[in-house]
Amino acid sequence: MSRPSTPTLIIRRILAALPSIIGVIIITFTLTRALPGDPAAYFAGPAATQEAIDQIRETLGLNRSLPAQFFIYISELFRGDLGTSLTTGQTVLSDLLTRLPASLELTLAGLFFSLSLAIPLGILAATRPGSWIDHSVRLLATAGVSLPTFFTGLLLIYLFYFRLGVAPAPLGRLSILFSNPPSVTGLFLIDSLLAGDLKLFWAALSQLVLPAITLGLFALAPLARVTRAAMLGVLSSDFIRTAKASGLPSHTVLFGYAFRNALLPIVTTLGVVFSFLLGANVLVEKVFAWPGIGSYAVSALVASDYAAVQGFVLTMALLYVVLNLLIDLLYTVIDPRAGVES
Amino acid sequence: MTMSPSQQSSANNPSVDQQSAWAQARYIISENVVTFGAFLLFFVFVLFALFGNAIAPYNPLTSNATIALSPPTAAHWFGTDDLGRDVLSRVIVATRLDLGIAVVAVALSFFLGSILGTCAGYLGGWPDRIISRIIDTIMAFPLFILAMGLVAALGNTVENIIYATAVINLPLYTRVVRSEILIRRDAGYVEAARLAGNGPLRIMAMHLFPNVLPVMMVHISLNMGWAILNAAGLSFIGLGVRPPTPEWGIMVAEGATYIVSGEWWLAIFPGAILMLAVFCFNLLGDGLRDLVDPRMRT
Repeated sequence: MSRPSTPTLIIRRILAALPSIIGVIIITFTLTRALPGDPAAYFAGPAATQEAIDQIRETLGLNRSLPAQFFIYISELFRGDLGTSLTTGQTVLSDLLTRLPASLELTLAGLFFSLSLAIPLGILAATRPGSWIDHSVRLLATAGVSLPTFFTGLLLIYLFYFRLGVAPAPLGRLSILFSNPPSVTGLFLIDSLLAGDLKLFWAALSQLVLPAITLGLFALAPLARVTRAAMLGVLSSDFIRTAKASGLPSHTVLFGYAFRNALLPIVTTLGVVFSFLLGANVLVEKVFAWPGIGSYAVSALVASDYAAVQGFVLTMALLYVVLNLLIDLLYTVIDPRAGVES
Repeated sequence: MTMSPSQQSSANNPSVDQQSAWAQARYIISENVVTFGAFLLFFVFVLFALFGNAIAPYNPLTSNATIALSPPTAAHWFGTDDLGRDVLSRVIVATRLDLGIAVVAVALSFFLGSILGTCAGYLGGWPDRIISRIIDTIMAFPLFILAMGLVAALGNTVENIIYATAVINLPLYTRVVRSEILIRRDAGYVEAARLAGNGPLRIMAMHLFPNVLPVMMVHISLNMGWAILNAAGLSFIGLGVRPPTPEWGIMVAEGATYIVSGEWWLAIFPGAILMLAVFCFNLLGDGLRDLVDPRMRT
């Protein structure tokens, strides 16, 4: 069987993501119509006049047939129109776009923390199966999935802010003494470095550490478990035995041969991990008053700001589809053997 | 379970039988100390859930402004909250609601997921394609966020928290049952049942599904912990349960504002108990997995 070229594979992967995107759009559409009572009244908010409600009914096309409504919904999505938030008065899209970098920075930092801890732990456990290290990694992993993120966050705040006084107040991305760095990527850590302001970088980092750890601890368990299992599997395979028998130094065997092959299951698990991370993001953002889209959605939920909530759900779902796509692409790059089977 | 030779030989000697049963029980427990501990803990939680109101030393809703925000004392082991309510009593009484939401949600998704998964796995063809497509679409969402969206759309009630938790757990059960059924679909005993004239419905319900159950028990146990976390997370962000109802997630949320001023017991105790409950179910699931299928251990 001849193997299709990498660009063909990449295009096929992208096409394979289309059904997910269509599914996501259908579900979010159903959610906007599933509101008990009159959706128009919900989107207009409790203080709306009858005129405003009628106007929303007209723009959403709620007096027409369902397929027509779906068509309107799609065309509004393509124009980037997610409605207007009742609480901020801005369009939902601009609200989400201004807040998205904060969430991304937090999620990526959490992922980074968790990878940098989970992979060494998993490798350690796999090279010494049955030892106390193995058992404690297993216990740690079970404890990690049992931790309610919001509780871990509060515990860390209590210990490091209130008791030890080493962490800054859990109030957002920067303390009020600093002003935001000039926006390039929207990620404060990178922007402050680009601006050459080390003090600002340090301030942003110190705000980020606790929420990132909180988020990362939650993702630690699946990653450590998969690393351990994958390494165990690879280490017992024939080519590792051959490499050892040929007298290669043990770190070459471990990292050059075994880890590279164990990387595939780890990358696959990243998909599940992102589902965890994006969900836990909402809770962490609420605890640390982080100005991302999660805390935006929470305040919108409390205020019954439906357009904002639906926009948030759609954004997160699309983000997740894109992340899964990137993981798949990464997979194709790491392991050229992985084709598009199904 | 097959009968061991010792059990067969001692069938006519009750005292030896009892002795060996004890020895066997002791052996199983000593091999799985952690699982046994988790089981005891689970038993305590069930007691709290059933008789929480009787066990709690105070009424969880009675406020008393004179002792508001008092740290843990001999009279109030977990301290009192901003309205002077006893935190320990509230934590104990909350067990029923938290476990109840998780149990009902997991039961719902287990029931529905088993039917969907069995049909998809056994029938194949277009039922399989439709069911798998629906499940894939649910999986395309970050699950906690889908739950948020569902509760926001359906209305902010405890029932909808249950439905949302059930929906986001559905993919797990459907997928596991489907793959387990696929493995067994062409097994000898299924062929035999088919030849004996059993219809597909009967084969699915009476022959295939019971064989999937042991594996499912492990998943239920692991999933219970996750369901509790999800439900508590939803109420932490203000969905579902309304104050003053005692519930772990909402208690942590209420205590969160006091933690920066040092009143830690409001949030830490309910959070720790929540963590303990989830930990208990996860350990139980791990232990069950080792017993049911040691190869699944990672």
